[in-house]
Amino acid sequence: MAWFKKERKPRVSQRARLEIPADTWEKCGACGHIDIRERFEKALNVCPECGNHRRFSAEEYIELLSDEGTWKELNAGLRALDPLQFEHYPERLISSQKKTGQPDGISTGVTRLEGMTLHLGVMNFAFMGGSMGSVVGEKIARLARRSADKRTPLVLVCTSGGARMQEGVLSLMQMAKTSAAIAQLRALSIPFITILTDPTTGGVSASFAMQGDVILAEPGAVIGFAGQRVIKQTIGQDLPEGFQTAEFLLEHGQIDEVVPRGSLRETTARLLRHMQGERQQSDRASA
Amino acid sequence: MANQYTLDFEKPLLELERQIDELKRVGEEGKIDVDSELQTLQAKLDSLRQEIYHNLTPMQRVAVARHQRRPATLDYLSSIFTDFVELHGDRLFRDDPAIVGGWARLAGTSVMVIGHQKGRDTRDNLKRNFGMPHPEGYRKALRLMRMAAKFHAPLITLIDTPGAYPGIAAEERGQAEALATNIIEMAALPTQSIAVVIGEGGSGGALALGVADRVLMFENSVYSVITPEGCAAILWKDATQRERAAEALKLTASDLLKLNIIDEVIPEPLGGAHYDPEGAGEALRSVLVRHLGELRKIRPEKLIKRRAEKYGAMGAFAEA
Ligand SMILES: [Zn+2]
Repeated sequence: MAWFKKERKPRVSQRARLEIPADTWEKCGACGHIDIRERFEKALNVCPECGNHRRFSAEEYIELLSDEGTWKELNAGLRALDPLQFEHYPERLISSQKKTGQPDGISTGVTRLEGMTLHLGVMNFAFMGGSMGSVVGEKIARLARRSADKRTPLVLVCTSGGARMQEGVLSLMQMAKTSAAIAQLRALSIPFITILTDPTTGGVSASFAMQGDVILAEPGAVIGFAGQRVIKQTIGQDLPEGFQTAEFLLEHGQIDEVVPRGSLRETTARLLRHMQGERQQSDRASA
Repeated sequence: MANQYTLDFEKPLLELERQIDELKRVGEEGKIDVDSELQTLQAKLDSLRQEIYHNLTPMQRVAVARHQRRPATLDYLSSIFTDFVELHGDRLFRDDPAIVGGWARLAGTSVMVIGHQKGRDTRDNLKRNFGMPHPEGYRKALRLMRMAAKFHAPLITLIDTPGAYPGIAAEERGQAEALATNIIEMAALPTQSIAVVIGEGGSGGALALGVADRVLMFENSVYSVITPEGCAAILWKDATQRERAAEALKLTASDLLKLNIIDEVIPEPLGGAHYDPEGAGEALRSVLVRHLGELRKIRPEKLIKRRAEKYGAMGAFAEA
């Protein structure tokens, strides 16, 4: 029996390989599970075997958090400059634009979630590591100011390696710029929710990502101020297992909840209903 | 005169200083008149010092900004402020000596002063973690900022840090949140605020004391999103390329003035603040008094609005 089984198995997989093109197979980086791409896609790019949250694109988050056909992009025409004439910055911008099909590291707009109007910004890690330069900072600041003007909540899906070094101290000041705009939301009691995805570190974690009234994070996302390589170098020792993961932050009281991607939409909507109170009722009535 | 604190580019000055000392000794011993020669040498020394300090490269300024003898927050607190009462602790975890703060008086006015504090020697540096605060340091600062606003006193912050500390405990206690909260609260703090970079302005750890109505920099201080060493390591995988990185990052006071990020550069005495701490203190005092006088006339609501507009305008982008 044993030799018979061994003989049959490769034949089946060989046939499967012939019927399904090789590029439709996906492998989970965490557990090694191999499955057809469709199954990963149906599970919102979460591994059906181990639950590992693989990277999700900005468009996919927008779709996940919007009622069908309600997304309207704002400020799509902003483009980065090279204010410091920093070595190779223009080339890096162009190659990132080609790679992602996007002009910079964030998409912002107005949308509806279960009938509620909200302002949504989604960062894109594929664009220069989700780094925050003047364009990312300006788009977030404008979105927050529009949220204040229109009295509608703000939701930001974050992912970033930090400030964009090629814009020097101008990128650092985007932390202050976005914060000053979000301070206006605070003063007006307009709900602000941040959703932290893998990874959210550096200048983004040290500004708007950690300023949400409610801070949610996806399972396993690395979140923190300092990068792990820098910490290792500084302290000269290995980092504990699970350090800087969403679960680690939850345990240390730094975030409100770890929410699997499949529940993000429902959780966000439920929170907004709680936080908007009367305002949301009138929004619905006028919808 | 040569000692561990002499910077590389200051070494040509040492040779002249040695010659002057030698000439003075000869003059005293041999009863020869060396006055005119002394004057010549002294003039040469002065002009050389001037030449060196007027042509510092960005990386040389970084070295001056980090100078071990450069006046720090506590030095200014004792030289130009009076009636200082230090206030400790964040009321949550512990007192972080990498940030100091408390009530003080400047030209007759009560002010809240908060600053990073580097150590004066190795032992002090261990205590103060080389001026790299943990979250509790920033939370102490926040507590004092709120106190300043509560009692309608102006806030003065002095910035001098390589950055917020990158360590396990700092991350566990929420370094990112501590910085983020200070930045947003400073943006909307209902009182007058002046931030001064006195030495090293290291990234988010500097900005968390640096959002203010007026932001000033000492002539030889630096302010950057990353250290030149860190930038060189990332871009060229080679920390020795720091000269090149310092150049590229545009981190000097005059660069930041050109980029409209700071309001004014405070001139330093010739030879840098470490060469004449008293002169540096006097320069800081007069500038602070002038800005406080201007800001005092503006109501807090208006200050907050103007602050939001000021930071809202920072950045460089094109719009299609
Ligand atoms: Zn898996």
